[in-house]
Amino acid sequence: MTFFNFIVYVVIGVSAVLSYFVLANWAHDYLVGKFSKKNLQDSIFRPWIFMAPALIILLVYLIYPVSETIRLSFFDNYGREFTGVSNYVWAMNDSDFRQSILNNFLWLIVVPTTCTFLGLTIATLADRVWWGVFAKTLIFMPMAISFVGASVIWKFVYEYRGAGNDQIGILNAIIVYFGGDPHAWIAIPFWNNFFLMVIMIWIQTGLAMVIFSAALRAIPEETLEAARIDGASEVRIFFYIIIPFLSETIVVIWTTITILVLKVFDIVLAMTNGQWGTEVLANLMFDWMFRGGGDSGRGSTIALFIMLGVIPIMIWNLRRFKMEQER
Amino acid sequence: MKHFSFGKFLAHFFLLIIVFIWVIPTFGLLISSLRDKDQVALTGWWTALKHNEFNEIVRTEKSTVQFKENGVFVISGNLLKNSSSKSVINFGITSKNPKAFKAPSKVTMKNGSTFYLQKDGSYRWTSDKEFKHKKGKRIFLTVNTPPSLTLENYKEVLVFRGLGQSFINSLTVAVPSTIIPLIIGAFAAYALSWMNFYGRDLIFATIVCLLVVPLQMSLIPILTVYNQIGNFFGVSAKSYVGIWLAHTGFGLPLKIFLLRNFIKSLPHEMFEAARVDGASHYQIFMKIILPLSIPAFASIGILQFLWVWNDLLVALVFLDKMPSEIVLTSRLREMLGEFSQNWEILTTSAFVSMIVPLFVFLSLQRYFIRGLVAGSVKG
Repeated sequence: MTFFNFIVYVVIGVSAVLSYFVLANWAHDYLVGKFSKKNLQDSIFRPWIFMAPALIILLVYLIYPVSETIRLSFFDNYGREFTGVSNYVWAMNDSDFRQSILNNFLWLIVVPTTCTFLGLTIATLADRVWWGVFAKTLIFMPMAISFVGASVIWKFVYEYRGAGNDQIGILNAIIVYFGGDPHAWIAIPFWNNFFLMVIMIWIQTGLAMVIFSAALRAIPEETLEAARIDGASEVRIFFYIIIPFLSETIVVIWTTITILVLKVFDIVLAMTNGQWGTEVLANLMFDWMFRGGGDSGRGSTIALFIMLGVIPIMIWNLRRFKMEQER
Repeated sequence: MKHFSFGKFLAHFFLLIIVFIWVIPTFGLLISSLRDKDQVALTGWWTALKHNEFNEIVRTEKSTVQFKENGVFVISGNLLKNSSSKSVINFGITSKNPKAFKAPSKVTMKNGSTFYLQKDGSYRWTSDKEFKHKKGKRIFLTVNTPPSLTLENYKEVLVFRGLGQSFINSLTVAVPSTIIPLIIGAFAAYALSWMNFYGRDLIFATIVCLLVVPLQMSLIPILTVYNQIGNFFGVSAKSYVGIWLAHTGFGLPLKIFLLRNFIKSLPHEMFEAARVDGASHYQIFMKIILPLSIPAFASIGILQFLWVWNDLLVALVFLDKMPSEIVLTSRLREMLGEFSQNWEILTTSAFVSMIVPLFVFLSLQRYFIRGLVAGSVKG
C-alpha cells in the first residue's frame, strides 16, 4: 500500500457509491419520461432509489446480525448444533464472565457519574475565569485521541520500577518523592479497575463539559439576575436554579457515556488484556471469538448481555421519538 | 478594578489544578518521544530539561596506539568520543569504587603508570614501561549529560517499525469509511424527511433503535459471512472493501439520524417553491440540499473520521495484521507487547497515531464540537 494506491482505492470506493445514485436516478428519469403518460417529476420508485443502499446496509450489517447473534447463542461453538440454554448456563458458572459482569457494573456506576460531576464542575468554573475557553480546549483535547493512544499515555504514567530505582512513571515518582513506596498499579486486583477507569474519565469528561457549557449558556440571564436581586447566594442559585434547568442535559450525558462504557474494550485490551481481575464483557467476547478457533455460541451469549444493557436506553429513545412525532 | 473575591480565586485555583492534571500525561508523552532512548529508560521525562548524571563504563585505547615521547610511553585519546556537550564528573578504575576520583585528576595505577583524565574526557596515560594490554583498560565514569531533544525516535518508528506504512493504511480505511456513509446517509435522510412513502415512520423508528445497538452484536455473524464469501471466491476474507462497508454499516444509523434532523430543519418554503417550478426530488437534492448541507457534512464527517481513525475493535476483526493492512491503532497495540519496555518507541508511536486527530481537532474544533454535541443529544 503506497500513497498512490491509497488515492486509487479512495477514488474507486467513493465513485462506486456515487455512480449508483447518479445512474439509478438517470435511469429513473429516462424510464418515467418514456412510459408515463402524465408529465411526472417523480414516481413511487424514487424514494426507494434514495433509500435502497441505506436499507440494504442496515439490513446486512445490523438487523440480520442481531437476529443471527440471538440464534447463535443457543447453538454450539460452530453454530451447527442446537444446545438450548447451555451457553447461558456456562456463562453463569464461568468465573471470568461473573468477574466481567461485576466489573462492567463498577464501570457503569463510576465512570458516567464522575464524568458528569467533573464536566459540570469544569464548565461552571470555566465560565468564571478569563482563560476559560483555553482551559476547556485543553481538557477537551483527549476526546480526539484513540483509546489505545490514551492507554499508552496512562501506562506510561503508571509505569513501575522496583523500589530504589529512578521511577520513570510520574505517579510512582510523586509517591516516592513524598516518601511512599512505588507500586505496579495496574496489577493490584480490584483497585486496578479504577486506574483503568481514570483513562475513560480523562477522555469523556471533555464531552460532558462542552455539552454542559452549551446548556449553561441557554439559562436565561433574567432568571439568574432575579435570584441575585432577591439575595440568593451563588451556591443556592446553583442548586435551586441551575441544576433543575440542566436535568435533561444530565440525563443525555449520562446515557451517552453509559452506552460507551458498556462497550469498553480497547482500554482493557491494551492495558491488561483482562488480567489481574480487570476483565470486561467486550474484551471477554473478543477473546471467545478467536479462542480455540472461535466459539460463536459463547461469544454471541456475551454480546447479548451487552445488548441487554442498552435496551432500556433504546426504549427511552423510542418514546422520545414518538413524543416528537406527535408534537 | 473589581474587589478581590475569594470565590473567584478558588475558581482560578481549582481550574488550574484540573487543567494541569489533564495536560501532564500527554505532555509527558510528547517530551519522552523527543528524548534520547537511553535517557528515557533511566530517568523521568520531567528531568528532560535539566542536566543528568549517567554512569558509563568505557575502555581506553589498545596498546597498539602507544607512542614514545621524551622517553616515556604514552596513550592518549578521549573517553567521551569527543562529544563536546558531555563532561566527566567522577571516574574510577575499579568496579568496587567507580566514583573514586574527581575529574580532572592524576591517578597512579597498580602497575605504576599514570593516568590523567580531564573533564572533557580526554586522557593521557603515561608509563615508563611499554604498554602490553590487548583490550583497553576499563574506566568507570560519571558523566554529566546536558538535555538534548531529538527526532531520531520518529525516524526509527516511521521507517524501521512500519508505522509510516500503517499511517497510509489508516488513511485508506478512514477516508472512504467517512465519505461513503455520508453519501448514502444523505440520500436516505432526504427521503425520510421530505418524501412520502409507505413505511417511512417504521423505517425511521427502526433507525432510532439501531442507534444504540452495540457493534459487538454484529461482529460474529458478519465475520462468518465474510469468511464464507472469501472461501467461495478463494480470496482473503479480510479486505479494505470489507472494512469500509462494516464501518459504513455501524456508523450509518447515527449519520442518517443527524442528517435527517438537519435537512428537516431547512425552510420548507424553499422546497415547495422548487416543486412548483417542476424540479424532481433528485434535482432538489443535488442543487439545493447538498450545497446547504456542507456545514452539517463537515461536523458529521469529522465525527465519523475520528471514530474510524481511532477504532481498534473493527480493525482487529475485519483487517489482516500483515504490514500492508495493519492500521495505526492495531500496530500500536502490537507494539505494547513487543516493546513493552522501550518507552521511546511506544511514546513516539502513540504520538504519531495522535497527530492526525490532534490536527483535525485543533483546526476544526468548532465543527467537531458541534457534531459531538448533536450526536450525543439523542443518545
